[in-house]
Amino acid sequence: MSPMAASTERVPTDRAAARCFARTHLAPLATRFDQAGSIPSETLDRVGAAGLWAPFLPVGYGGQGASMLTVGQVHEEIGHACSSVRSLLTVHGMVSWALLRFGTPGQREQWLPRLAAGSVLGAFCLSEPDAGSDAVNLTSRAVRDERGWVLHGTKTWITGGQRAHLFLVFARTGAGIAAFLVPRASEGLTVTPIPGMLGTRGSMLARLTMTGVRVGPDALVGPDGFVNGMVMTGVLDFGRYSVAAGSVGILQACLDACAQYTAHRKVGGTALRDRQLIQAKLSDMVTDTRAARLLYEAAGRLKDQGDADTLMATWVAKYFASTAAARHAAEAVQIHGAVGCTPGHLVERLYRDAKVMEIIEGSNEIQRITIAADAYRKDVR
Amino acid sequence: MSHNDPSAVVAAFLQQRFPHVEIAHDEDIFALGLVNSLFALELVMFVEKTFGFTVPSDEMRIDSFRSIDAISALVDRQSATV
Ligand SMILES: Cc1cc2nc3c(=O)[nH]c(=O)nc-3n(C[C@H](O)[C@H](O)[C@H](O)COP(=O)(O)OP(=O)(O)OC[C@H]3O[C@@H](n4cnc5c(N)ncnc54)[C@H](O)[C@@H]3O)c2cc1C
Repeated sequence: MSPMAASTERVPTDRAAARCFARTHLAPLATRFDQAGSIPSETLDRVGAAGLWAPFLPVGYGGQGASMLTVGQVHEEIGHACSSVRSLLTVHGMVSWALLRFGTPGQREQWLPRLAAGSVLGAFCLSEPDAGSDAVNLTSRAVRDERGWVLHGTKTWITGGQRAHLFLVFARTGAGIAAFLVPRASEGLTVTPIPGMLGTRGSMLARLTMTGVRVGPDALVGPDGFVNGMVMTGVLDFGRYSVAAGSVGILQACLDACAQYTAHRKVGGTALRDRQLIQAKLSDMVTDTRAARLLYEAAGRLKDQGDADTLMATWVAKYFASTAAARHAAEAVQIHGAVGCTPGHLVERLYRDAKVMEIIEGSNEIQRITIAADAYRKDVR
Repeated sequence: MSHNDPSAVVAAFLQQRFPHVEIAHDEDIFALGLVNSLFALELVMFVEKTFGFTVPSDEMRIDSFRSIDAISALVDRQSATV
């Protein structure tokens, strides 16, 4: 950890602290991160020093016992400044959450303090070249022997993969699809960077090739069998919640940028903000931003109550927030005209980042299929 | 309906989730095809919130959640341990 990061004062994590951190340490550098295609170690250290990696972990593990509502608000504020860093928080949080919920005491003791501090970074490895939306058809496999498990297969589009120390890898066992903890240093594991993605370009994606990767018997997260599907569902629920909140951050950033730009930009001698068509666009942005925020915060409160309804509430929040973010980021570019199409301009980045929100943690088509299935299951009388 | 009768509480939850399906208390909800991974997690969360315990890892198995009777027995076992 750099000396500068170590000296950063830890304040309890909440929306205000995250906003202050994001505006000071992320927003001024986010374009640079995007163009470089990576987040520097110094910034990652700062995130750790501010206690932002997994604040929901209990104090006993080095976390802050933050509520899920607070976690959502933190991810919104980070997403407002930099979707690439927010994406890293998402996958790191997914790994931490999986261990907290389904890990053995030994796994928790071994990993959670380091995940809380960010000295170990986690990544979530489900997608494969031939299995994305249809993750149930993944072909990576884990074979049990007397010494533990041996993994074979390829994982791709892994956010944070270039830097992560600990991979949560989903692979097929005899009993279903189970999750395994695979340290980066494992023999037989090759990590290949994937540069130049459309959006969240600084989030350091990678492809993982596993050729006979050996892990111990304690690498399995949750007992093999009934729990397998639940680990995946629960982890993706966390990811979706984070992406919903991050999408609200993008929405708010679009709104802020457009309000500022239209106040100054004059067309035909009149400020754009005095044009009613522009006002209509801004009012829709305000309304959708508030609605999306209410949706993810409602899902967060249900998580804090342990209420099973949080799962569908999160699907709905992510669907609404990500589609609204993509729609309004496109309008934000439109409102800025050619300026908004310039490399390095804020709304140009927001536009690319917003598009990704419609694809990750369950694409919008999958969101709609799931939401409709729930409607038919419960709401149609 | 009180928590003294867990099977009635569990039956009401299943009824609310699957209003079109009649489920007998000893019927295998997995065999009925009602349980996907989303519903499995919902079910575990429902049991934990309603009855106030965390399902221990040795109870995280299909047999503990197979039917209304099985879930009710799980609740009884956990109540006996506190
Ligand atoms: C920036 C970025 C970061 C990512 N990070 C991670 C990560 O950290 N870990 C990880 O495991 N994965 C990650 N992914 C992968 C992501 O989860 C997948 O891209 C996503 O699940 C979709 O899978 P796919 O790309 O293979 O698309 P496909 O599954 O091939 O789908 C292609 C299109 O078809 C649509 N479609 C699929 N099924 C249906 C259907 N039944 N009806 C109608 N339309 C359908 C999809 O919605 C999509 O629009 C990342 C992706 C991106 C872009």
